[in-house]
Amino acid sequence: MERLVGDLKARIERARQGGDERSVKRHREQGKLLVRERVERLLDPGSPFLELSPLAADGLYDGEAPGAGLVTGIGRVEGREVLIVANDATVKGGTYYPVTVKKHLRAQQVALENRLPCLYLVDSGGAYLPLQAEVFPDREHFGRIFFNQARMSAEGIAQIAIVMGSCTAGGAYVPAMSDETIIVSGTGTIFLGGPPLVKAATGEDVTAEELGGADVHARLSGVADYLANDDAHALELARTIVSTLHGSKQLPGDRTPPAEPAHDPADLYDIVSADSRHPYDVREVIARLVDGSRFDEFKRLYATTIVTGFARLHGFLVGIVANNGVLFSESALKVTHFIELCNARGVPLVFLQNITGFMVGRQYERGGIAKDGAKMVHAVANSAVPKFTVVIGGSFGAGNYGMCGRAYDPRFLWMWPNARISVMGGEQAASVLSTVKRDQLSREGRALSADEEAQIRQPILEKYEREGSPYYSTARLWDDGIIDPLHTRDALALGISAAYNAPIPAVRYGIFRM
Amino acid sequence: MFTRILVANRGEIAVRILRTCRVMGIETVAVYSDADARALHVTLADRAVRIGGRAPVESYLSQAAILDAARASGAQAVHPGYGFLSENDAFAAACAQAGLVFIGPPPDAMAKLGSKTAARRLAEAAGVPVVPGAVPGDQSDAALIAAAQQVGFPVLLKPSEGGGGIGMKAVHAAAELPAAIAQARREAEAAFGDGTLYVERLVARPRHVEFQVLGDRHGTVVHLFERECSIQRRHQKVLEETPSTAVTPALRARMGAAAVALAKAAGYANAGTVEFLVDGHGDTASFYFLEMNARLQVEHPITEAVTGVDLVRAQIEVAAGGPVPWTQEQLSQRGHAIEVRVCAEDPRQGFLPQAGVLALYREPSMPGVRIDSGVREGSEVSVHYDSLLAKLVAWGETREAARQRARHALAHYPILGIRTNVPLLLRLLAHERFVAGDLDTHFLQTEAAALVPAEDTPSADARAVAALVRRGEPAAPAASDSATDPWSSLGGRRV
Repeated sequence: MERLVGDLKARIERARQGGDERSVKRHREQGKLLVRERVERLLDPGSPFLELSPLAADGLYDGEAPGAGLVTGIGRVEGREVLIVANDATVKGGTYYPVTVKKHLRAQQVALENRLPCLYLVDSGGAYLPLQAEVFPDREHFGRIFFNQARMSAEGIAQIAIVMGSCTAGGAYVPAMSDETIIVSGTGTIFLGGPPLVKAATGEDVTAEELGGADVHARLSGVADYLANDDAHALELARTIVSTLHGSKQLPGDRTPPAEPAHDPADLYDIVSADSRHPYDVREVIARLVDGSRFDEFKRLYATTIVTGFARLHGFLVGIVANNGVLFSESALKVTHFIELCNARGVPLVFLQNITGFMVGRQYERGGIAKDGAKMVHAVANSAVPKFTVVIGGSFGAGNYGMCGRAYDPRFLWMWPNARISVMGGEQAASVLSTVKRDQLSREGRALSADEEAQIRQPILEKYEREGSPYYSTARLWDDGIIDPLHTRDALALGISAAYNAPIPAVRYGIFRM
Repeated sequence: MFTRILVANRGEIAVRILRTCRVMGIETVAVYSDADARALHVTLADRAVRIGGRAPVESYLSQAAILDAARASGAQAVHPGYGFLSENDAFAAACAQAGLVFIGPPPDAMAKLGSKTAARRLAEAAGVPVVPGAVPGDQSDAALIAAAQQVGFPVLLKPSEGGGGIGMKAVHAAAELPAAIAQARREAEAAFGDGTLYVERLVARPRHVEFQVLGDRHGTVVHLFERECSIQRRHQKVLEETPSTAVTPALRARMGAAAVALAKAAGYANAGTVEFLVDGHGDTASFYFLEMNARLQVEHPITEAVTGVDLVRAQIEVAAGGPVPWTQEQLSQRGHAIEVRVCAEDPRQGFLPQAGVLALYREPSMPGVRIDSGVREGSEVSVHYDSLLAKLVAWGETREAARQRARHALAHYPILGIRTNVPLLLRLLAHERFVAGDLDTHFLQTEAAALVPAEDTPSADARAVAALVRRGEPAAPAASDSATDPWSSLGGRRV
């Protein structure tokens, strides 16, 4: 596990470098701060930053887009949590690859769910034109960014843009759609069509500064509201704007003084093996995450393959659902009951996923495992309290759904570096497909040779091995990042605390199939 | 009389010896290994001397270190307790050479009794019955097989040296012999450096009944009646009681006389225990000499409970040259006593020894109950030493009264933080065969299914105390103090 974490840290470090040296040099020559320097300057000194998906686009686009050219995350500005979206202009001029769009939209979703003001540090050439078909037209593509800005503005979630470089074409709508916009003199430009396009369309020769520079927008067009001398000044202005926003954070009244776990979290490296088939008691993990290692277990003696109970994380009461084996009908009923409890009491839910799936077989199908599993999925889907998911091991099949996988809108979903995710294990998939082939051949009166079977199995095994990797997942934004197990407690606590910026709505369930 | 005694042991027995010394007004010196620097016996002694590292060979088994400690602290006598160096005649001799009194038998008596074959010959000479058996001078397979045939099956193969059940093999038919001989010989050589075996008749439903004896340097030996120790797990005793439900007054008289005769034949002095195997029960039962333990036994408190004597005090008195403090006629048994051994081991995991901190440990206190322990709340239990945490001894006017007291006390003996065999002991005390006194040395094995608990459940008392301890902590909300909000308290954390 330590090796896996070491590998993770090295990959994140590489991604944080952003673009190549030449781009970095050119960026600096313009008097601009690098994207991470901007974020650091914006945040309250000595405060945390909960970054989202730092390894987005890892291994995609020939490695051209580290972090998908975008830094997103929750940080603290003027004592309140805000959502930051910052383009990295050293990565292909900050243009939007498909995963960049996805990462931007995901950040906006986090802002919407948790009612966090949005600060857009814009420095982008707009859509990455060669991939326009995967960036521009669809519902969850570029246009959705502005749709979200409009909707959030309507919800009273502040939208603030700081134009620190180009905002070209579609990108121009980010500052234009914002409640308040700051522009940096000399480097910030906003225009629907850049000088080359203007030249092509009208034959007009203009400089970028004349077309959409800071002075133009601050003095003439009114697209920007504040004129900043440089990046540092712009960030200071942004902090001032945040200080004028109404805070809506309401911490729960029943918080207890935070306490470190009684058991050393460093033990997690030994407890959780890199091999997901190596069993351990998930209570050992819980003991290393929660305050004082205290866990009040609910239905400890019933359906023992799933562990449910209450604990505190940095003083916040949470309900924990953690796998300790395969899911049976009773396990699903136990979780359903527990989720109802947490919703009735407004207690956030933490799912620790390590699940091979629901039990299969004649006895279980006849016992109605599908309808019991459906109850669990139903309860998870309609749950109104904030949900947080950490994939600490395997995430396979319908177990992923019941345990609040990505499709079930957990506020955050993190993976551990040892995690695996796929519809079923590679071995099972290979067996299913070779059985299907064997049946097909036997209908034609032929048999499947060992050689043919290996030819079916091998590519499947390799594919599942590759696609089941947490890096494959995080590159595609199936999660909010891979985290060091030792950071889990803090990541969860920051997420839970941030979630209290939004009120918990009343729960409503549909029909539980009985 | 001595004015300062060094106790060359640890745990409950060291504590128990220290207590008697204190009553007698004798100063005490404890010794300790690095693992025991904060152990109970260290804090109870008048002074304590570090003798080495955690491993027993570096400390409690190191003769040189202990003799140095005795010299440096000015002790006149050494009490070895049980285990460690207690039955090491070389150590006893070394003590004498160093001008220290070894509180135990004379070295030559120890040497005689240390070898099973020699002890058996001694018993035969003293007219004490022994299990039909043979110790072939010729240790070839053929000679051992012939000896087994002469003794009659089933037989037990035992190493001549050593004890504790190591290397013992039960053989039910001649065909199994060659393999069993090879294995027993191998184990004996590995454990004791001597592969000499002897063969004896295996009694189908034996009971283990032992007699406590005490002798002085003037040739007087008395016995302090029997202890029934049939409840054993792989020859490690788990529960002992006295009187034995198998022993009648006539049988007791015969066995007691045999025990005294043997001790006298060995030239024995100080406290010792003669172990017998009993076949059947009542006046007609047969008994056979097994071995003599030349030391104070773990289970000596049950003898103290029914006779009212302090055996450690008597040991010290006779070691100082005094006479046995009582005549045989002055000694009598009153009531019934049961001892259970509370051990840090998990019956559900094959009695795997447990290590850790005793997070919660409260000894019960009630009439007729005595607890000898070497730990207290917060003590660290390590795997370096014996898993015995404490001995709970219950006395009652009748066996049933003692049994009820033992159960009640055990049920109100909250221990948390470490798994113990208490759940097994509770089931044992309630088992119908135990209640009826229908025992043999296979009891634990035969009844394992009913005795090993399926669930690891702390006692009701442990749960109640844990709940109370928890309730004492500030459960009141610290209000929504924004300083404890992780966004404030986590500093510049980058997740």
